[in-house]
Amino acid sequence: MQENWTHKMSISVTHNSTDQAEPQFSAEKMVEVQRFINHYPEGKQKSALMRILHLAEEEFGGWLSVPTMNYVAGLLNIQPIEVYEVATFYTMFNIEKPGKVVLEVCRTGPCMLVGSDQIIEHIENKLDIKVGQTSADGMFTLKTAECLGACGYGPMLQCGKHYHEHLTPAKVDELLDTLRKEHSDK
Amino acid sequence: MVKVIIDDIEVEVEPGTTILNAARQIGGDVVPPAMCYYSKLQGSGGKCRTCLVEVAAGSTADPRPMPKLVASCSTPVMDGMIVKNKTSERVYDNRAAVTEFLLINHPLDCPICDQAGECHLQDLGFEHGKEGTRYEEKRRTFDPIDIGDKIKLHMNRCILCYRCVYVANQLTDKRVHGIMHRGDHAEISTYIEQAIDNDFSGNVIDVCPVGALTDKTFRFKSRVWFLKPMEASCECTKCAGKAVVWMFGDEIYRVTGRKDKYGEIEDIDGKTAWICNECRFDKKDKSQWNIEGPRVINRHSVIAQNQYLVDERIESKKLN
Amino acid sequence: MGRKLLLEHIDVPGIETFEVYRKNGGYRSVEKALKTMSPQNVVEEVQASGLRGRGGAGFPTGMKWSFLAKPEGVPRYLLCNADESEPGTFKDRYLMEKIPHLLVEGMIVSSYALGCNQSYIYIRGEYMWVLEIVEKAIAEAYANGFLGKNILGSGYDLDLAIAPGGGAYICGEETALIESLEGKRGNPRIKPPFPAVRGLWGCPTVVNNVESIAAVVPIVNDGGAEYAKIGIGKSTGTKLISACGNLVKPGVYEIELGITVEEFIYSDEWCGGIANGKKIKACVPGGSSVPILPANLITKTAEGVDRLMSYEGLAEGGFASGSMLGSGGFIVFDEDQCIVRNTWNFARFYAHESCGQCSPCREGTGWMEKVLRRLENGQGHMHDIDLLAEINKKIEGNTICPLGDAAAWPVAAAIRHFREEFEWHVTHPDEAVKRNFGIASNHMPLV
Repeated sequence: MQENWTHKMSISVTHNSTDQAEPQFSAEKMVEVQRFINHYPEGKQKSALMRILHLAEEEFGGWLSVPTMNYVAGLLNIQPIEVYEVATFYTMFNIEKPGKVVLEVCRTGPCMLVGSDQIIEHIENKLDIKVGQTSADGMFTLKTAECLGACGYGPMLQCGKHYHEHLTPAKVDELLDTLRKEHSDK
Repeated sequence: MVKVIIDDIEVEVEPGTTILNAARQIGGDVVPPAMCYYSKLQGSGGKCRTCLVEVAAGSTADPRPMPKLVASCSTPVMDGMIVKNKTSERVYDNRAAVTEFLLINHPLDCPICDQAGECHLQDLGFEHGKEGTRYEEKRRTFDPIDIGDKIKLHMNRCILCYRCVYVANQLTDKRVHGIMHRGDHAEISTYIEQAIDNDFSGNVIDVCPVGALTDKTFRFKSRVWFLKPMEASCECTKCAGKAVVWMFGDEIYRVTGRKDKYGEIEDIDGKTAWICNECRFDKKDKSQWNIEGPRVINRHSVIAQNQYLVDERIESKKLN
Repeated sequence: MGRKLLLEHIDVPGIETFEVYRKNGGYRSVEKALKTMSPQNVVEEVQASGLRGRGGAGFPTGMKWSFLAKPEGVPRYLLCNADESEPGTFKDRYLMEKIPHLLVEGMIVSSYALGCNQSYIYIRGEYMWVLEIVEKAIAEAYANGFLGKNILGSGYDLDLAIAPGGGAYICGEETALIESLEGKRGNPRIKPPFPAVRGLWGCPTVVNNVESIAAVVPIVNDGGAEYAKIGIGKSTGTKLISACGNLVKPGVYEIELGITVEEFIYSDEWCGGIANGKKIKACVPGGSSVPILPANLITKTAEGVDRLMSYEGLAEGGFASGSMLGSGGFIVFDEDQCIVRNTWNFARFYAHESCGQCSPCREGTGWMEKVLRRLENGQGHMHDIDLLAEINKKIEGNTICPLGDAAAWPVAAAIRHFREEFEWHVTHPDEAVKRNFGIASNHMPLV
């Protein structure tokens, strides 16, 4: 099986900072942002960073571009570097633009015991990509994840906020079709 | 005051002093090596694990030994504590292991590294390293990059001591570099192409224990042991202007802060004498400095091997 | 049937709503504690219960609470550790997903006991949908006067909020969790000072696992002494076990501590035996970081006595022939599973999850992963096995946080009990690539 995380090392350390228009939360989302900040005492607004990054990823194309991170830094009145440090530390944040749909298959022990390797291989063949790559049509990005806490219900994958458990190759095919239909018009 | 015994030597220190600093009060080879701890940088230490020591007795009140080795740089002493550093085989064993860990991904490019001769990892390897390596895997590699026009970052050599991050936090008003990613692919980076540009940013070079951050104005100019370190001062509006200029003949090859025997910038008049970028990078003419005299260098240092004139002050210190 | 304290009402339709939960006796403990008990009384009940931390370390919760510093004028914080990421463990997710109000209720009572007016639940980012369920439960609790100002007219105020993680196992370590909650990288802090003295934003802080917090509810309702009657010896009460791997019925079970391992694996009330009629080869009884047990040491100890599901029972024999209860992630391997592959898998997990702060863990976990990968892929040497044993000895105990130990133990135990399987991978490199090495296929030629 291909290792995707070791490849991460070779990601260029420099990122072009002018590849996206200035992001801006809608008024409705700003209320959410303020609610997250209000959870914390005055002056501790930085604590809301992770929650806001999750929201930003959802709102601004499924990933955290440099302008997005700078925007969030501005919202919380912290240095951009503090956001970059956090965004690169936590594996859930995409710092490279992924496909429309990101599939994260759990590959850790308990899932491996019940066949996650076969599921990964099946998706690789089906989409003609390797782990870490995006399908040619830009629809699916396949990733592997470490233990997602569904050990008794494996093999499983996460797609957005949803867990898809007790997977079989047939169920994966069905899921891919559904997802393709859902996202093709977007 | 509390009493603590380190390697059979008793010392009295202020309560709250760390084991490492207590050992430094004794001095000599009782002092554990420290790759990440830097007494002038708040919050530093605890990470490299080279300063691990054995605590044979926790305190007079609770004389039980501590089961694990402890980081001497971040563990405060207790009254009646008995610490073993050079007298503990376990400590040496584990220090050798930490040395090995730090070297498995290190490029060992000392022959072309500007830090050679004053590199703490080199010293550590000399003291605790093995001849061969047991590491058969591919080493982790990064390309060297410029962070700013005066500073070069060789991430391959970095041991992730975080000192440069503390410098940026504590000496400059705006930090633009930090630690990205995690685990064994963590790296120092600005993330986006950005210069570290601040009057005191050059101090990241002085605190770097290895050759990860080096002075581009001195890059490949000379081996440090061919140079004469001279204490010099200048009128500077930004810093105290107390530095060491490294000379070859009448030429100044590089300027650094004044480092003590632990590689830390000295306190002068009660303040750590960090130097500003102008002093470090731009004042390379002898006329810009008031040269006070040769810098005292430990005679065991490789830098002393090419030593020049015997300084009277060194002689007088020996006599006293 | 054993007694159920946490999952008693789990199958009641609509139990995730405040109304149904309340009808089934929910929030009684809040009423009881706030109206009839002092905070100290609650702490005493928890101490009397003998409850031990359910996150993995098994440290007595009451004792942890008693360490909390209480300086005048400084806020104190209770943080719930819902960053469940130990491979094999999925009990907290089950609890929060099915019966979120139990956690909210536990948080209120525990916060009251510790004198906290602001508490947080740190949920791993991957559980975003669980987060939404718990957040809804919190909103309902506010709406019904169980959170906010002057709860039930007692004069006690409490705000409860959720903070999400972002995908980092290390944030389950309590100081890393605190760092993460402060919006930073999840680097564990150097201890001392411990969180009980200086934790969140420099204030005294207690961090407790979801299940520990939930267990406070029955302890307050029925009294600590009653709780302590369940279980065996110092392993009191019930424990959620998340069983997974090659079992007929994997899932989350609430057991009374002290049942036998044999009963747990083979009885139809619990896991129902090994799937597909196969034989058991090994078992990791407490989440991936605890030592693996070979078939002959799972149901019996080295002395031939029945092994019990308890903190002491699973640890019987020390690391030489025992393991740990840990977080209760019970992973079972059937005869077809390859121990080398699994050990590599776990080593890869820890290398992936190391924060990279201290050198033995950063470099050592990556090194072990690479050596194990070579072994698994038929490129290993005999000396690699000793090298692995040597590396993990040098990681263990030398790191800032327990992740180093967690990475070292499974490798050490796998080599201790399955050395011949590692050697087989060296001597049979081609077959090692082609198939797994199990008891049944041991030394038999490939068909």
